[in-house]
Amino acid sequence: MSSTTDMSTDTGSVLEKTRDDRSADDVVLRLEDLVVEFPAGAGQVVHAVSGINLEVRRGETLGLVGESGCGKSTTGRAIMQLPRPTGGSVHFDGRDLAALSPEEVRKLRPKLQMIFQDPISSLNPRRRIPDIVGDPLVVWGRGADKDKVVPDVLRAVGLDPDQVADRRPHQFSGGQCQRVSIARALVLEPEVLICDEPVSALDVSVQAQILNLLEDMKARYGLTLVFIAHDLGVVRNISDRVAVMYLGRICELGPTEALFDAPVHPYTRLLVSSIPSMEGAQRGEVGTGEMPSPVSPPSGCRFRTRCPLATDRCADEVPQMREVAPGRFTACHHPVLDTAVGEPIAPAVTAVPTTPLTASNGAGSNGAGSNGAASSRTES
Amino acid sequence: MTRPTDTAPTTVAAEAAGRHRAANAAGDARPAKGDLLTVDDVHVRFHTRNGVVHAVEGVSLTLREGEVLAVVGESGSGKTVFTRRVMGLISGSRETDVEGTVTFDGITLSDLDAKGLAGVWGKEIALVLQDPMTSLNPVKRIGAQITETLVLHHKLSKQDANARAVELLRSVGLSEPERRVRQYPHELSGGMRQRVTIAIALSCSPRLLLADEPTTALDVTVQAQILDLLGDLQSRLGMAMLLVTHDLRVVRSRSDRIAVMYAGRIVETAPTKDLFDAPRMPYTEALMNAVPPITGPNHVRLAVIPGRPPNLLSPPSGCRFSPRCPYAQDRCLTEEPPLRPASELPGGGIEGHSYRCWYPVGTPENAEARRRNVERGETAAGTPVTGEMVPA
Amino acid sequence: MPDIRKTSTQSLEKVSATDTDALDSEVTSVDLDLVEPITGNTATEPVKARRTRTPIGWYLAWFWIAAVVISAIFAPLLPLWDPAVPDYNNVFGGITPEHWLGGDTLGRDNLSRIIYGARASLLVGICAVLLGAVVGGILGMMAGYFRGRTERVLSLVTDVVLAFPGLVLIIAIVAILGASLTNLIVGLAILSVPTFIRLARATTLVVTQREFVHAARAYGAKPMRIILREIAPNVVMPIAAYGFIMVGVFIVVEGSLSFLGLGIPPPTPSWGGMIAGGRTQLIEYPHISLIPAAVMFLTVLAINYVGERSRKLFEVRESNL
Repeated sequence: MSSTTDMSTDTGSVLEKTRDDRSADDVVLRLEDLVVEFPAGAGQVVHAVSGINLEVRRGETLGLVGESGCGKSTTGRAIMQLPRPTGGSVHFDGRDLAALSPEEVRKLRPKLQMIFQDPISSLNPRRRIPDIVGDPLVVWGRGADKDKVVPDVLRAVGLDPDQVADRRPHQFSGGQCQRVSIARALVLEPEVLICDEPVSALDVSVQAQILNLLEDMKARYGLTLVFIAHDLGVVRNISDRVAVMYLGRICELGPTEALFDAPVHPYTRLLVSSIPSMEGAQRGEVGTGEMPSPVSPPSGCRFRTRCPLATDRCADEVPQMREVAPGRFTACHHPVLDTAVGEPIAPAVTAVPTTPLTASNGAGSNGAGSNGAASSRTES
Repeated sequence: MTRPTDTAPTTVAAEAAGRHRAANAAGDARPAKGDLLTVDDVHVRFHTRNGVVHAVEGVSLTLREGEVLAVVGESGSGKTVFTRRVMGLISGSRETDVEGTVTFDGITLSDLDAKGLAGVWGKEIALVLQDPMTSLNPVKRIGAQITETLVLHHKLSKQDANARAVELLRSVGLSEPERRVRQYPHELSGGMRQRVTIAIALSCSPRLLLADEPTTALDVTVQAQILDLLGDLQSRLGMAMLLVTHDLRVVRSRSDRIAVMYAGRIVETAPTKDLFDAPRMPYTEALMNAVPPITGPNHVRLAVIPGRPPNLLSPPSGCRFSPRCPYAQDRCLTEEPPLRPASELPGGGIEGHSYRCWYPVGTPENAEARRRNVERGETAAGTPVTGEMVPA
Repeated sequence: MPDIRKTSTQSLEKVSATDTDALDSEVTSVDLDLVEPITGNTATEPVKARRTRTPIGWYLAWFWIAAVVISAIFAPLLPLWDPAVPDYNNVFGGITPEHWLGGDTLGRDNLSRIIYGARASLLVGICAVLLGAVVGGILGMMAGYFRGRTERVLSLVTDVVLAFPGLVLIIAIVAILGASLTNLIVGLAILSVPTFIRLARATTLVVTQREFVHAARAYGAKPMRIILREIAPNVVMPIAAYGFIMVGVFIVVEGSLSFLGLGIPPPTPSWGGMIAGGRTQLIEYPHISLIPAAVMFLTVLAINYVGERSRKLFEVRESNL
């Protein structure tokens, strides 16, 4: 695919015009045209994240869901500036992290914390639990508070500080290690907690404990959560809004229940209907094929190779993010409207009643402004 | 069940089904009619530096021809060790004690040595593992890996074997099979590799397919495809299938019977529908409730199973689940419940449903045990009980 | 399905063994549940644990190492002859009640010289390895953590030093700076640094991928803190295991150099010097060379055996973490 089509993506300004138009300081984290690429050897490039626009509101839980290789974890790490993204910007509390020096970014880190997938690997096997949890305090010159703060945090995550005092990580189960990780992330009292697959390495019976704990901690510490996971049931339960990613792009964004009950993007429909359900049989169609390699993603809409509704237009034009219903955004030329999961989908959706985006589109395509492709994209 | 691809039923499938029917019609000295795999009182103990791990304790199962039996358990439940024992991958040694018998179609597998097992493996029993990379040879072309068996077991000519390989790949829904046979495993995606291992497993028309977490390493959309493929092939070829998994949800619509394992034992076994409709063992019930629902409102407080799976070095006395069970009474801490048929229950359970509990879910005894525990705020094992623990 | 069958038949024993390991790791995690106290009602199994027997060689090797090290440390306190003073009744002397291992070409006591020689040999081996491991370890961790230019420069240096013949380097150092214990140690340390850099770099690359390192960066720890607090403790063990084996190698190297006259200058006793000293009389009085040679052989064998086995044990334990 040509680099021109690749560059132009959904527009940030669409998202700014969310329906209930809250005040700007309500948004704690804003991603604009975020691009992350890695060299893949032999001169090739992995397009891990290709232009994402996303806003996270203060106090909400935003779920980021997709299959492995869709770039969701890369997005999480790009927010943390670990490593710094290739392009675009991450605004945290109104400050553009890309424009800051490494030292300035470091100074902001206590407000932006992360927990990881593998609970065992998240903890240094050679250090004791209180040292692990207290280390962020020492780093920020608050080592003196350690004896006071660490036991409090440990108790908050459901661990007995006296009993963990001399223990090392390998003496704990996965669920307990994840509690320690959460305690370490909370000890600096962050504003935003990015959870990268925090329960996928745990047994079902332990998963629920950690999910409940995250909800408790969110309330107690007033956190904003970005919850990255591939398990849709888990994401559905914990998130206020969900963004679905496919091959480095967001294909749908909306309030959790609406998005799961009546997905608009064909990929979301496939994803939701693939969930094995406790209630009974599969809820709908089973797709074919697998996600193409992010080294050479398809042109136009990246889902078109597996999409039952794909047309020629999908190969030529990158679909723009647009609001198809209040609060619901999708990047699709043929969104499926008013159809619950499991019902057959009607293709041939040509005249979609969408919010006209021309004005905001012009402003929003500034990230891709260098190439002319973006301007010809809007439908008249 | 939806067919994932547009491929037509192949002659491979038809032949295999025919072969099985013929074999059945011949009716040679089969033990119980229709019983293909019988596992009787299997124990596996590992002697470790820290003591004895009783990984599998007295597991008995029967798998009938053409049936799909799912073995479900969390990590540490012993399901993996059990499956490996059935496969013959674990045998007695200085560090390992094995007991009990595994019988396949009148042959006692557990008595066979490696050579004897090799005669049954591949021909009669095939295997699909969690990570397809481990069962595929990374430096051999896909085609060669399939034809190898065909040439060996079926004495096919090179040309016929190649044609058959292409046909097999098509039957498992691989696109462009002619091109795939010339590719190496690393050129395929995870789902495609799993399809190849399934094709290899089917190449000798086995009568039993052991699938050990076949989709755990795959993405959810691919997982659905592979499970559908397995179910489809199973019913077309009339194979029996032993499906081992940690996820109750994936077997809901894809198994005839389910055996739930906990701490090395089978704690409940029942026809699939019955298990989901009326679980008797509190662990099964808790496992179902712990999975976040995909319908209904979000931010639901999830039902939690307190604690974690037991340490098999020093398992709890009495019922193995008692320290985590919301209904636990004094009796549960001292006496281990036997596997009892549900048909003896006053409500009249379904045939083939049995469970291991003194206070089975859905009985007055259970309600009484729960009431008592909620009243004193903790179970007999000292685990705190709150109203929210299990939806009443 | 040939591959699967192959796995099943070939790995019959292997699988059961690894399985025990896997289980082992699971069960070694201490039964400690703080959130949800699991009650103490556990059924104690009457079956006794069958331990894998430790081979007798393990104890013998440790015994030999301990004997050499302890006698070397306490040599001045032991009732030994002075290693430098000749006893003219003991020239080429055999085994006698006064001289348990006989005497050398000048009549000096062999036992005494072997024990004092152990001091020199061990000192060279241990100091050179320590010096090399510390320098190489730090440089290797920096290469592995920072990557980029640091790594490229260090790799180049490593490749150059490794391409240089070791013996020639030592000869050059001794020729320029003169033969002394310090120069020998420095020379050997320089030789070992590249290998330690490579080992530390490779281990660091693996450790850096682990999530606790990401976490430390995420909460704002600075690079030097991450290297010292998070990475170093995980790099020390593989380096130590390799260093142990290198001590054995360096004892042999010191012996070879002393044999060539490039090692510790006489009259300070060293094993290599003693072997060299007896070589002219090898036919008539072979014990003068053979006894120190045997001691060196046994010491290096014991060190290698212990090093190799503890490395394996350590690897198993690591994989469990």
